Amino acid sequence: MTTVTDRRVAVWQKKINVNVKVAGSGPPVVFLHGAGGLEWTEFLDTLATRHTVYAPEHPGTTAGDPDAIANLDNLWDLVLYYYEVLDALGLRSVPIIGHSFGGMVAAELAASNPERVSKLAMICPIGLWRDDTPIPNWMIVTPASDIVKLLLYEPDGPIAKQMFGERNTETVIKTVWSMACTGKFVWPIPDKGLKKRIHRIQAPTLLLWGKQDKLVSPVYAQEFASRISGAKIEFIDKAGHLPFVEHPARVAGLVEDFLLA
Amino acid sequence: MYISTFHLMPHRELPDDFEKRYQSVWVTPPFHELADAKRVGQYYNWTLDELIAAAKAGSDGVCTNEHHQNAYGFMPSPNMMGSVLARATQGLNCAIVQMGATLPATQPPIRIAEEYAMLDSISGGRLVAGMPLGTSQDLNLCYGISPIEQRERYREAHDLIIKAWTSREIFAWNGKYTQLPMVNLWPRPIQQPHPPIWVPGAGSTSTFAYAAERDHCYCFLSYFGFKSASYSVREKYWKVVEEKGRDQNPYRLGFLQLVGVSETDAQAEKDYAKHVEYFYHKMLHLPAEWLGVPGYQDYQSMANSFRNPMIANAFMSLKEKRYKDFLNDGYVACGSPATVRDQLKDLSESLRVGNLMVLLQIGSMPHELALKNIELFFREVAPALRPIWDEEWENHWWPAGLRRKVHRGATA
Repeated sequence: MTTVTDRRVAVWQKKINVNVKVAGSGPPVVFLHGAGGLEWTEFLDTLATRHTVYAPEHPGTTAGDPDAIANLDNLWDLVLYYYEVLDALGLRSVPIIGHSFGGMVAAELAASNPERVSKLAMICPIGLWRDDTPIPNWMIVTPASDIVKLLLYEPDGPIAKQMFGERNTETVIKTVWSMACTGKFVWPIPDKGLKKRIHRIQAPTLLLWGKQDKLVSPVYAQEFASRISGAKIEFIDKAGHLPFVEHPARVAGLVEDFLLA
Repeated sequence: MYISTFHLMPHRELPDDFEKRYQSVWVTPPFHELADAKRVGQYYNWTLDELIAAAKAGSDGVCTNEHHQNAYGFMPSPNMMGSVLARATQGLNCAIVQMGATLPATQPPIRIAEEYAMLDSISGGRLVAGMPLGTSQDLNLCYGISPIEQRERYREAHDLIIKAWTSREIFAWNGKYTQLPMVNLWPRPIQQPHPPIWVPGAGSTSTFAYAAERDHCYCFLSYFGFKSASYSVREKYWKVVEEKGRDQNPYRLGFLQLVGVSETDAQAEKDYAKHVEYFYHKMLHLPAEWLGVPGYQDYQSMANSFRNPMIANAFMSLKEKRYKDFLNDGYVACGSPATVRDQLKDLSESLRVGNLMVLLQIGSMPHELALKNIELFFREVAPALRPIWDEEWENHWWPAGLRRKVHRGATA
């Protein structure tokens, strides 16, 4: 097992004291988590064998500081905030991997200042919208336990049991608040203008998509790829919206190859 | 005690198997399958007629509120209803209690300042200005307001409305959610400096503190009755009021209670049992998750409600309960005039409530029965309740022109 350390970084006029999970050694890579919050998984462990992985927690989701989110009003604030996080970590130009909500943030960072993002890997990102394929609002799934059907290829499989089987109250609280803090930037529809900015992305781009993603349909892979020059798509078979959890070795391998290429 | 009649304007004729066939009474019920526009017009008119009948029968106030995309109570614009009521109750000592237009749903919020000032003008200074936050299902799901911003929007709108009413100078409003270069409200309310403000809520401690700090009346809108509210009100609300340095004037608290009066207890069961069950089984048929989507509550309140899911459990078990349970648990006050009088006296004393709101048309209750309930309540029950608190306390949260005199030292 890799040793994961927590590093606190004070940014945004020192109003946000964000926790960044750091592990491994080698060239840096940043991971931006999705709406459900940051979980250190086998995928990140694998990446950490050849890279230094920096995984910041979205503002407000760091334990003990739920109100940090009140300091960021909108996506513009969030993008500038992340440049400060990169500055504080000493990362001038760095590869960024983003999952779902984190994928959208990574795309916004790469589009607004192409110099800061050397490579861009997005795992089933949100951020674009097609009326013929609406993305279900994951924050209002009812019953709440049905979220697993949208997230996983095997909603009754072992991963589902491990992730959602016996969720204690504190885990539920953490997940709900993470959805609240990320939801601030995408409620009620995750289309906040990326389509106008996405053409500015210059970083080599890899899109990874679960072939059976029921939350953000794989049709969005082409929507992203067609707007980013040279973007490549890798579909992961037998995977839903969490391909890096469902097939960690495979996805880590593809990301490694992309980062080392 | 002051007693106002509350109305939700519900769909009165949902199919018997509604809760089995449909996902929710709120947000998603299909209008064209479940309703008919002409019939809905009849519901609105019945609602207005029932409230006007209550005003004529002696109700101290009439209350309407705002909800969206539902069969539970569909007055998207309570001020349209309030406007009719203000006109129709001219000459009566009846307050127009708007409970009201939801602040974060109205942009720019000075629209509410304007409409309330219109209502105060039309009614001759009889307005009570309710300032609701709005439910999660209405504002987040139907109106697209970001849940985590809803309370901040509310607080900004509240401050803007009060400044718009009270400022003698034209001012610029540089808010986070609203920017206005030259605010100069027309019309202004008759009541000066502004109409009394009521803050409806469902028992969250942060709203208790908000209302107490600003010296507003807090109105507890609970469907679980006074017994379940008693801990929260006695141990939390009145303590917060004290901590904020306010007196214990019972008129700082409003409470909503479902009420059914009949000739006898047995007749009340015959009259009201099925409408009470319709209300709790169909009108509150919605996914518990939608009552508070992520961000609707601040972190601490959200964590508290997951750690101590009292309200969620009460909500989830509604469909297992029948009329007798709702009666025994104090969700409804139903029975003969004497029974209801005793229940409501108990309520007012145990919670220390000055501003009672009664829901007299419940769920599927037909117009004629609602009129009977209204008539019996104001003839047989209300007169015995009114003197409560009048000896000692003045209702500062009531239009000054309609307040009763306080008889300090008078024998009860």
